[in-house]
Amino acid sequence: MNTAAPLPAVTPNRRSTRARLRRDWPFLLMAAPAALLLLVFHYVPTLGNVIAFQDYNPFEGDNALEAFLASEWIGLENFFTLFDDPAFWDALRNTLAITLFQLVCFFPLPILLAILLHGIVSHRLRSFIQSVVYLPHFFSWVLVITFFVQMLGGAGLLSQALRERGFEPWDVMTNPHGFIVLVTAEAVWKDAGWGSIVFLAALSTIDPSLYEAAAVDGAARWARLWHITLPGLRPVIILLLILRLGDALSVGFEQYLLQRDAVGRQAAEVLDTFVYHQAIVPQEWGLGAAAGLFKALIGLVLLLLSNRLAHALGEQGVYSKS
Amino acid sequence: MTTRAIARSPITRSHRWRLQGSAVRPAWQEKPPFWAELAKGTILTLVVLLVLLPMWSILMTSLASRETLSLTGGMILVPRELDPSAYVTIFSGGQVTRALLVSFIVTVGGTAVSLVLTVLAAYGLSRPGTFGHRPLLFYFLLTFLIYPGLVPSYLVVTGVGLGGSLWSLILPNAVSVFNLVVVRSFFMGIPSELFDSARIDGASEWTVLVRIVLPLSRAVIAVVGLFYAVGYWNAYFNAVLYIDDNDLWPIQRVLQSYILAGQAPQLGGATISLPGLSAYPPTLAVKMAVVVVTILPALVIYPFVQRNFAKGMLVGAVKG
Repeated sequence: MNTAAPLPAVTPNRRSTRARLRRDWPFLLMAAPAALLLLVFHYVPTLGNVIAFQDYNPFEGDNALEAFLASEWIGLENFFTLFDDPAFWDALRNTLAITLFQLVCFFPLPILLAILLHGIVSHRLRSFIQSVVYLPHFFSWVLVITFFVQMLGGAGLLSQALRERGFEPWDVMTNPHGFIVLVTAEAVWKDAGWGSIVFLAALSTIDPSLYEAAAVDGAARWARLWHITLPGLRPVIILLLILRLGDALSVGFEQYLLQRDAVGRQAAEVLDTFVYHQAIVPQEWGLGAAAGLFKALIGLVLLLLSNRLAHALGEQGVYSKS
Repeated sequence: MTTRAIARSPITRSHRWRLQGSAVRPAWQEKPPFWAELAKGTILTLVVLLVLLPMWSILMTSLASRETLSLTGGMILVPRELDPSAYVTIFSGGQVTRALLVSFIVTVGGTAVSLVLTVLAAYGLSRPGTFGHRPLLFYFLLTFLIYPGLVPSYLVVTGVGLGGSLWSLILPNAVSVFNLVVVRSFFMGIPSELFDSARIDGASEWTVLVRIVLPLSRAVIAVVGLFYAVGYWNAYFNAVLYIDDNDLWPIQRVLQSYILAGQAPQLGGATISLPGLSAYPPTLAVKMAVVVVTILPALVIYPFVQRNFAKGMLVGAVKG
């Protein structure tokens, strides 16, 4: 049977393309359905971004393809409209502010949590706490925000307790000024525990004999943390920082969409919700594609830049040149 | 005997993580001072409470009676009685029952579709050196770098005629390349001697996948299956985009309309009168009961799959 032929690792001599194809077609066939779905729902829409340069009109033809072929090319017109729109700059500013704020106030928390968890001696206690803090990661944003509304909203537990004690109720959920803190708190509640997994994994790869040797040489607890633990975490921290930086223009979508009406557009509009409200709802397709393309391009540039930064710092980064 | 030892090795390797570090403080480590222990204990207790307390409060409110709720004026922490009428109401037909059914169908169907596609593709990509391996792998991984925006995706999904159908909640996100990479790197960790011996015995690739690879990969498939299932169960925005008919709304969409958009729950036509149950449970209790049933599936599956996190996740996380 030809499928019983040994793999290339076993036979170093090269085979003809046809023979390889005959031997390997089952692998190709297995990957085909997933590849096809990605083609339809990932690559075709990616190419479809060219409607950013069109005055795309879905009513030009019977289907999206005909409409695309019939629509007028207008060059950079959509981009000019976009950059003239103050709401776009509001959204961009909100997005960057939230990213920056979360980089400072969210990013270190999973690291701290992982170090705390790693220091728990009792195994059972540690896995109990881990189970609890991972859990909110599996809740939808609708649920997370529901939780926050029921705890901190106008009719929530906090306002209720304040009212009972004769204070003014305090509705955190509709206050545009503290919005950046609120969304960060929500993100922390949902994902800080889950985020600690990767740091815990990194911590467990640090050789315990390093700690032992350091302790024998007289390094105290903090010295060991500074000179062994943190350097051990450094590659992971840098990798995640790069990924976050490359994703600086995405701060999550459903979270903001769900709260935009409660706190108002001025504070809660981010780039992704801008596209939804300024393009999909009023059916300004070309404009929305332009905003999406702008975001994707900036994201790609940021990722490449931060990856280069990682190489400069002597770390591996997301990908290397090989 | 040897085959079995080899077969176990990829799992024992990742097992090490869980077993590492015994439950005893190592001899060289000094005992931390009392205040440090106290601070650590307080922080961890607070963290645990922050997660559990809201869940507790919502559960208790969902089980509260009209009298209790009007007495306390809202959410409660300490139950006075347990009144299940809110649950009876939401399960006796109406929008919530229907939405739960829709979410259940999408979750089970979608997870099955996703797992089949992901496992097949991961196995297809697990052998470097096969025909077209490098370009094909690049094709999959490139999706991390470039992604379509919202508008073209919307136009394609509606353009291929999925708008308004439950397939629009499944197919566009059926393949997660991240999950695929996790499964693939697990497959690549299985020693090739196992395949080679089967292949010499005349087994086809399909047989190898079904008879050898899958039985060894239960842990990673359980974890990836959980990720997919959670994704489908939690899907909200796709329903906003593609499903206008509110008979086809999944539970998250319904929950959003009740709690965040403040609509009154539409419940089943027939009110049930059972002894000891109020016919019209308070709206807040009904809303909180919807929250509880929305969380419930995750809570039920979670402990079973959680054991496999270390086994399944880590292989992907460390390598990737």
